[in-house]
Amino acid sequence: MPRELTLKIFRYDPSDPESKPCFVEYKMEETPRLNLFVALHRIRENQAPDLQFDFVCRAGVCGSCGMMINGRPTLACRTLTAELPETITLAPMPAFKLIGDLSVDTGTWFRGMSERVESWIHTKTEFDPEAEEERMDDGTAQKIYELERCIECGCCVAGCATANIREDFLGATGLNRIGRFMLDPRDERDSKDWFELVSTDEGVFGCMGLMACDDVCPKELPLLEVFAYMRRRMSQVAAGRAKDDAGTSLPVIN
Amino acid sequence: MSEIITTDVLVIGAGLAGERAAISASAEGNEVIILSLVPPRRSHSCAAQGGMQAALGNCAKGEGDSEELHWLDTVKGSDWGCDQEVARIFADTAPVAMREMAHHGVPWTRVKGGPAEYFIKGEKVTIEEPHEKEGLIMHRDFGGVSRWRTCYTADGTGHTILYTMDNMVMQLGITVHDRMEAISLIHEGGKCYGAVVRCLRTGALKAYLAKATVIATGGFGRIYKYSTNAIINQGTGQSISLDTGLVPLGNMEAVQFHPTGIVPTDILVTEGCRGDGGFLLDIDEYRFMPDYEPDKQELASRDVVSRRMTEHIHKGKGVPSPDGEHLWLDLRHLGENHLRTKLREVYDICMYFLGVNPIKELVPVRPTQHYSMGGIRVNKDGHAYSLNGLWSVGESSCWDLHGMNRLGGNSLAETVVAGMFCGQLMGEWANKQSLELNSGLATEAIAEQQLRIEKLINGCAGEVNENVNNLLNEAQETLQEKVGIFRKGDELEEAVVRLRELYKRSLNLKLSSSSKGANPEMALALRLPGMIKLGLCVAKGAFLRTESRGGHSREDYPERNDRDWLKRSLARWPVGAEEPEISYEPVGLLESPPGQRGYGGAENIPMEESVSEYNDQVKDKWIKEGWQDTANPLGSGLKEMVEYASTKES
Repeated sequence: MPRELTLKIFRYDPSDPESKPCFVEYKMEETPRLNLFVALHRIRENQAPDLQFDFVCRAGVCGSCGMMINGRPTLACRTLTAELPETITLAPMPAFKLIGDLSVDTGTWFRGMSERVESWIHTKTEFDPEAEEERMDDGTAQKIYELERCIECGCCVAGCATANIREDFLGATGLNRIGRFMLDPRDERDSKDWFELVSTDEGVFGCMGLMACDDVCPKELPLLEVFAYMRRRMSQVAAGRAKDDAGTSLPVIN
Repeated sequence: MSEIITTDVLVIGAGLAGERAAISASAEGNEVIILSLVPPRRSHSCAAQGGMQAALGNCAKGEGDSEELHWLDTVKGSDWGCDQEVARIFADTAPVAMREMAHHGVPWTRVKGGPAEYFIKGEKVTIEEPHEKEGLIMHRDFGGVSRWRTCYTADGTGHTILYTMDNMVMQLGITVHDRMEAISLIHEGGKCYGAVVRCLRTGALKAYLAKATVIATGGFGRIYKYSTNAIINQGTGQSISLDTGLVPLGNMEAVQFHPTGIVPTDILVTEGCRGDGGFLLDIDEYRFMPDYEPDKQELASRDVVSRRMTEHIHKGKGVPSPDGEHLWLDLRHLGENHLRTKLREVYDICMYFLGVNPIKELVPVRPTQHYSMGGIRVNKDGHAYSLNGLWSVGESSCWDLHGMNRLGGNSLAETVVAGMFCGQLMGEWANKQSLELNSGLATEAIAEQQLRIEKLINGCAGEVNENVNNLLNEAQETLQEKVGIFRKGDELEEAVVRLRELYKRSLNLKLSSSSKGANPEMALALRLPGMIKLGLCVAKGAFLRTESRGGHSREDYPERNDRDWLKRSLARWPVGAEEPEISYEPVGLLESPPGQRGYGGAENIPMEESVSEYNDQVKDKWIKEGWQDTANPLGSGLKEMVEYASTKES
């Protein structure tokens, strides 16, 4: 016998003055390999055509579909209902501005974060179209890629106690982004630049150490190690002991 | 009160092609606004796992590579349906584009000198990678190529390029308005003035007026029932261009089916699986591809592999399942280390979406709609036919380096190359124009869309009110069943009739919900008639093309026919018409005369005229079809090349 699922979904349209936040229950029969991408589209098709939620790739790579699934922030597209109890509660991720129902404005948050950490290669070298590409050790490239894999889904932000009370906290994703550029030999920012960026309460010292970010990251980024490295390096800079070594690697990340 | 926003250049779509074009236009001194359905980094470009073709020739198996070879592989891959001049611009520009992305931060996988292990044609081999190339951009093998040429970042090429590109956009301070959808183009007297745009946060309409409007909205795979495309790839940019009644869509019948969509859910696993040595197996776990394609085996071009797989399933060798028949992809011999690093995304997809561990188990796959070779027909600068000021780059366009079949790794490369090359020409062009603030025209265009919206809410008096999802499902099923990998005249005709009827019905849609803001049912209802129109362009184009070429395969016309069909179709939809009008133009100047691809195995009907006779008619026919003036004289790239080649010979 297939299970009958009950999806309790948060509904609220902030643009409609008559709309009141509430949970609405939708029932459906579970089918083999059902995931929440398919389940939500079925609800939209048959029961609630105006239900708002965000999916793009539906393959776990674009980061659109972060939501609170039974209280835990994760990607809906790759959540199989078989892994959940019969009653599934879906709510929008906190810490982001609500657009409507399950849809939140991660785009604005992430562009803001990226602008603050100046998420681009800082270099005085101009691109020379005639020249061979600058060489890079493949090991270094792989290490950069390891941190570059963040998909900006926002799960770490939604799960973060600090981010939920401090709008300006860069969050694990922001610090991971900084880590990515610290590793990159093409980026000419030095220890002093990084220090100004991260050793604040909006940066690494705002973290309360609960590390939910590390638990919920769907890409399993080494966030714990990133934080540890960042704190250690910034303490060294503060103590005036750090060499100006922007290109060194995070020793704990393999 | 409706809002009117002005800018020099309006880019619709913030994937790789759109963002790269915006960067070029900005570098030329233009103010640029990018619109996007979703935050830019969520664009479908991010999902490309495999890589980008560029003839850098850095690794051992890429030795001796050149732009010339890349060009020739591309022309062959297109089944001689491409514009060879554009293919040359593409192949020549690709290496610079890759290096530029390296400069701006892409962590490309790099060459490691010394012995490296690969699987090639089923054999484990050790190849000595050149120490003198240590640290340069590495390549992997892909289908239909003569050298290893695909530049990649482990398993996340699209993701890393898109993030780097979006970083560049931020660094330059280019404005991006996300969750915005262009729902019609504003045009008058053969000139494009911008677009009417619906906000997907609030449902409000705005007009964006610009000197140049660039469409970079990607493919339209979602008109099919089973597609690897992201769910936003509904062809919005192609639809609004077709709606002008002026702009033609080129080669819409050329649809690519990728050999390895997983079953169910249709998520793509990369060609890199086969490039890195994966096998295709049938119900008996027998490796069948070498029987069909002894030379290229699993790595023939995508159209050929997809057809061979379908052929093999038709022979009763498919694996039955509740979600339809499929074949197996075998990656087990590549080993855990390879699958968890270079093909990690594939590993994750199999584990999360199928519960299948590819280290130990076989992966269920079948050919799935993947890429739209057709799109907004542009000249070699990227300027749309017949509508001055409208441009298009990337998958939404038919620039046309892919012809009737695209090679793996050429589309991702095209986004950056076209964005760079066409974006610069577009930026220079925009600099010479003056911004015309025709607010009357803008207000009128908004009012027209407002009327459409009200009609969708209220329905049509005296008509049957149609349901959005029902019509969409019917259209998708029709295309899937009758306009798929193998096509037949009678089925195609049925599809045309059916889609024509669905299109008529789509003009009587009524929403079943009443929420006022960014109602997703409204968004779909606004798109639906356009999606069916695109489907009709595909079906009618496929019905009329009585040959088999590249991705278009007719069971009733199995030969490639160079005598009658060395042509590109152009679909226009006159305002108020019930179906598109199809005309034809030559594929372009021929440098490489049509020949054998060396895979695929079909017969050809040869050309009757000489290449020079064919080339003589090209320019006149292009102009007749609405070709815009180009920045460089027609054929100049080819002529230089021919002159260069002759000096080398002498």
